[in-house]
Amino acid sequence: MTARSTAREEILARMRQALDGAGAAPGSPRAYRRLLDAGTDITAMLIDRLVDYKANVHHGLAAIGAALGGAQRVVVPADLPADWRIGGAEFVPDTGLSTADLDGMDAVLTGCAAAVAVSGTIMLDTGAAQGRRAITLVPDHHVVVVRREQIVGHLAEALPMLDPTAPQTWISGPSATSDIELQRVEGVHGPRRLDVVLLDD
Amino acid sequence: MPRVALFITCVNDALFPAAPKAVVQILERLGYDVDFPEAQTCCGQMHANSGYKQDAATLASAFETVFGDYDAIVTPSGSCAAMARDQYPHLIGSDIGDHVYELSEFLIDVAGVEDVGARFPHTVTYHPTCHGTRALGLGDKPMRLLRAVEDIELVDLPAADQCCGFGGTFALKNSEVSSAMLADKCRNAAATGAEYLAAADNSCLTHIGGGISRLQHTAGAAERRGPRPIHYAEILASTA
Amino acid sequence: MSAEPSFVPAASLIPADAPFPKAAKVALGMPQLRKNLAHATGTIRAKRAAVAGELDDWEALRDAAAAIKADVQHRLPELAVEFERNATAAGAHVHWARDAKEANEIAARLVREAGADDVVKVKSMATQEIELNEHFEAVGLKAYETDLAELIVQLAEDKPSHILVPAIHYNRTQIREIFDQKMGDAPAGLTDEPAALAEAARLHLRRRFLSAKVAVSGANFAVAETGSLVVVESEGNGRMCLTMPETLISIVGIEKLLPRFTDLEVFMQLLPRSSTGERMNPYTSVWTGSRGGDGPKDVHVILLDNGRTNVLADEVGRQALSCIRCSACLNVCPVYERTGGHAYGHVYPGPIGAILAPQLEPGRHDDLPYASSLCGACYEVCPVKINIPEVLVHLRQQGPHQAGEQAAMRAATAVMARPRLWRAALRGARLGSMPWRRKGFMRRLPWPGSRWTVSRDLPVPPKEDFRDWWKERGR
Repeated sequence: MTARSTAREEILARMRQALDGAGAAPGSPRAYRRLLDAGTDITAMLIDRLVDYKANVHHGLAAIGAALGGAQRVVVPADLPADWRIGGAEFVPDTGLSTADLDGMDAVLTGCAAAVAVSGTIMLDTGAAQGRRAITLVPDHHVVVVRREQIVGHLAEALPMLDPTAPQTWISGPSATSDIELQRVEGVHGPRRLDVVLLDD
Repeated sequence: MPRVALFITCVNDALFPAAPKAVVQILERLGYDVDFPEAQTCCGQMHANSGYKQDAATLASAFETVFGDYDAIVTPSGSCAAMARDQYPHLIGSDIGDHVYELSEFLIDVAGVEDVGARFPHTVTYHPTCHGTRALGLGDKPMRLLRAVEDIELVDLPAADQCCGFGGTFALKNSEVSSAMLADKCRNAAATGAEYLAAADNSCLTHIGGGISRLQHTAGAAERRGPRPIHYAEILASTA
Repeated sequence: MSAEPSFVPAASLIPADAPFPKAAKVALGMPQLRKNLAHATGTIRAKRAAVAGELDDWEALRDAAAAIKADVQHRLPELAVEFERNATAAGAHVHWARDAKEANEIAARLVREAGADDVVKVKSMATQEIELNEHFEAVGLKAYETDLAELIVQLAEDKPSHILVPAIHYNRTQIREIFDQKMGDAPAGLTDEPAALAEAARLHLRRRFLSAKVAVSGANFAVAETGSLVVVESEGNGRMCLTMPETLISIVGIEKLLPRFTDLEVFMQLLPRSSTGERMNPYTSVWTGSRGGDGPKDVHVILLDNGRTNVLADEVGRQALSCIRCSACLNVCPVYERTGGHAYGHVYPGPIGAILAPQLEPGRHDDLPYASSLCGACYEVCPVKINIPEVLVHLRQQGPHQAGEQAAMRAATAVMARPRLWRAALRGARLGSMPWRRKGFMRRLPWPGSRWTVSRDLPVPPKEDFRDWWKERGR
């Protein structure tokens, strides 16, 4: 037997031995919420939570230009809708750009897979209009477009909207740290500016 | 009226007769017949929590023998009540703990009273002891009883939910950490300016009271450096 | 200017191998340390309580989390194999490590095979536990910590003192000094503003992130049904490590398994709120094997035992394996708040460490189950409802006892089990304490009573006890 299979078999044997006579665990109670109360204004809640964690919020397609601020070179997923490319920036489709190329971008513009109101979380799963993970990571400014039907109230509603085995990134505000005296400050390695454009009209 | 048994706890048996006396007075005022089984000693908590399971089981069995025939056993200690309720089931397979009531539980949940007809014209701050609050889940029951006392002035204790550092043999085994916790509790108690610091457990009160007494001595001050410790049952018994 | 650092690594002052009471005594004598800890834990306690209070189903979430974790423990062999199968199918290489040595050796071999001699690291308790950095150093490899707090600790040549915020024992002024003196490329005129310190860390690590060949991570969760790993973080250093290098090695304790992807709906509500007091942490990464054109090509997972199956074998103690490393128990613990993490002498400090360390390394940390007043604050906040006081008492009951103490306890039992003897003992105590009766208390007792009277007076038995009074009124 190889070292690997020996270790594997030994650990599994230890587990079985440790559980000898333990039987099954008692059932899993799942009495928690999966939805917010009916009538909750989830868009308002999403905006409130995004702003609380220092993201900027804009409304309508036309706001994309303003959300991009002064960015001159903006990387976009190759499948980003053409009508989102608004403003005076140069939009560079990601066709396998190098890390150095990405590092030279002022911003990235993408869509998302879902947005969770209760925690202000934008979810990416590299699906339509999102691109691969590196493009939303290396540039210092991320502009993300959220369509109304992508907004849900609760995390439990969002998970089924994701491709579970695709690489996922859940984003709640710009990069931050609580490592100095356990106070949250924004801005470390990820994009330090997060702008969210809601297509909620 | 049903008969209730009184479990005074070993700490009160040895050092603080005032709290169990007060319990007798309150219960009799409410019309209960109180029984004091003289063969009672200790619930075994110190042994269990110090790692002596067999010894604890011996004392738990003795407790069951003494109190087994009573429907209600009332005790002025959240900690000892929690011991019987939480640990007896796996220690000796006994559910006698379901019949052991900390005083405020008995008064509010069984007797259904909040106003026990007390008067106590003093300022009082209340320390919610850890076992009473967290293990037993007393919530605000002792406070509800205190709020109903005539002429009492209740003052909030800063950082009330923080342990005083007693913890049984913890105070000896980790004397320095325990003392540091106690110092903060005493400072917060003194900051209230209250005349009395009340709690539901004489063990914690021994600790806090001992700390305040030492501060007083160290400072050599004539005026008090903190409130006097008092079991809240004594306040409820008072009709001064 | 002196070349000597003006800060002193806390771990160099607090003896890691000393029994807890001794090490704690040293820590208690460090006023700046205590001030920093009280400030940081105080801040986070309030934040945690506020965001936990926002959810009206918090208790239901805790119940669900505890039950899911108990289910995982009971089905560990089956779930580990399921994870291995699905991760492998998705292109990951799954390795198994019985202990720290084996895990370190596998990781070092993989780094070499990738043609690298250094790695970037995402903060990971498992790699702390197995001392991966020290092993790499010994075999000529270098691990660069990228989490801000880990970076601070690594630059300061200190040891972590907290599970979530390993540099919790330093304040901003000390962190500025550490950066200024140890970073090498700290910006001139660096201030102690947290934002400026974060910026300095960004600049310091940026090139390394963009050029690293290999990253090492842990994982917060490993999903059996998909073979996915999950890393929860704040700064983006995790995303950098998980995305940019060609090779990713993740060292994952076997207890991190979850049955289903949707179980995250429970844990990703509880973890951020319990740890940093946020509704959601800034970044969560989920990956499954390797995916062409996106992220590392070579993805390795090392499943680590290192004592965990030993914990699993203890019916009461196994609940410690439910821990999701949120640190809420540390932050509310009155003992941890006053001593900090180094005094525990183990990578897992605080209440969870006091039940985990002695189980992971049997016989080595028998003092830790006593490093608690059993106040129960830890159990109250634990998002997965680990009954820490219960396990502490359980471990005390398993461990060895000092002979003198054992004799005293036995004697107490002998007396207390016999009502007549007990009453005689009470009478004896009253007689024996007569000399102090007028004073009302004792101030200086010989050892071991001195451990009480060091800071508190002891009351003396009353002239008339309850039993006298009861008898009197019966007449």
